[in-house]
Amino acid sequence: MIQAAVFYMFAILAVFGGVMVISARNPVHSVLFLIFVFFNAAGLFLLLGAEFLAMVLVVVYVGAVAVLFLFVVMMLDINFVELRQGFLHYLPVGAAIGLVLLIELATVFVGWHEAPEAKQMIAAATPDMTQVTNTKALGQIIYTKYLFLFQLSGMVLLVAMVGAIMLTLRKRPSTKRQNIADQLARRPEDTLEIRKVPVGGGIG
Amino acid sequence: MMTVGLAHYLIVAAALFTLGVLGIFLNRKNVIVILMSVELMLLAVNLNLVAFSSHLGDLAGQVFSMFILTVAAAEAAIGLAIVVVFYRNRGTIAVEDINQMKG
Repeated sequence: MIQAAVFYMFAILAVFGGVMVISARNPVHSVLFLIFVFFNAAGLFLLLGAEFLAMVLVVVYVGAVAVLFLFVVMMLDINFVELRQGFLHYLPVGAAIGLVLLIELATVFVGWHEAPEAKQMIAAATPDMTQVTNTKALGQIIYTKYLFLFQLSGMVLLVAMVGAIMLTLRKRPSTKRQNIADQLARRPEDTLEIRKVPVGGGIG
Repeated sequence: MMTVGLAHYLIVAAALFTLGVLGIFLNRKNVIVILMSVELMLLAVNLNLVAFSSHLGDLAGQVFSMFILTVAAAEAAIGLAIVVVFYRNRGTIAVEDINQMKG
């Protein structure tokens, strides 16, 4: 009973947030609603018993991805009103395609039933959740059975990091930077000159 | 109606996925909102995976959901980096202005 109530709350709020993400006038509001959707999806994950993923969703999506979006939206000086032109123009065809997609997905759900042998094809059975926590159970298979995939996802993140830095790093000629090699290569002979100044003559 | 089963989660995921597709259609001038819509779609897929994982008692779904999360984070980082570089070069991020690679 209470589970159903909590589910409907999270589900309705998530879908409402999704609607606001795509229809908000201000992209900053869009990003904030995206954060809202992620929080509600984390609630749904909690209801499904995936506690670790729910927390990862909050940390990774809300803490990193959504803040990155917010940063970019606020950093770029763009006339967002101009970019919104044509919103109503695209609405009929967009709504039609969305409706078709929703009907297709609904037919799949109505006509779908579980294969009888599905229960025998479980790759990594969930241990008893009263004995082992979700996080521990996930760790036990990620670091054994899915170790190489785990390493590969680390490589994906590394490549993404290097790529993002490569793309955005630039040399600015207008700014002065310290060049340590040049500083260390300087010798007193290159810069200092000692002259004997004759009395009453000055440096001529 | 009162017992929440697999179908309920699948319907929520389907609605979120459809909203993501709709967002791409409606905001086809704004790259940032399109990227946000893609994130919504990836979230819907994650919700599907976790729902099935919980329904079948199979942890592998949650593992793969985590990998999708990784890829989504990488995609957002690279996509936004490209947007920033494009804005620096052209002073706009309108999709119809992105045509420099047209043959």
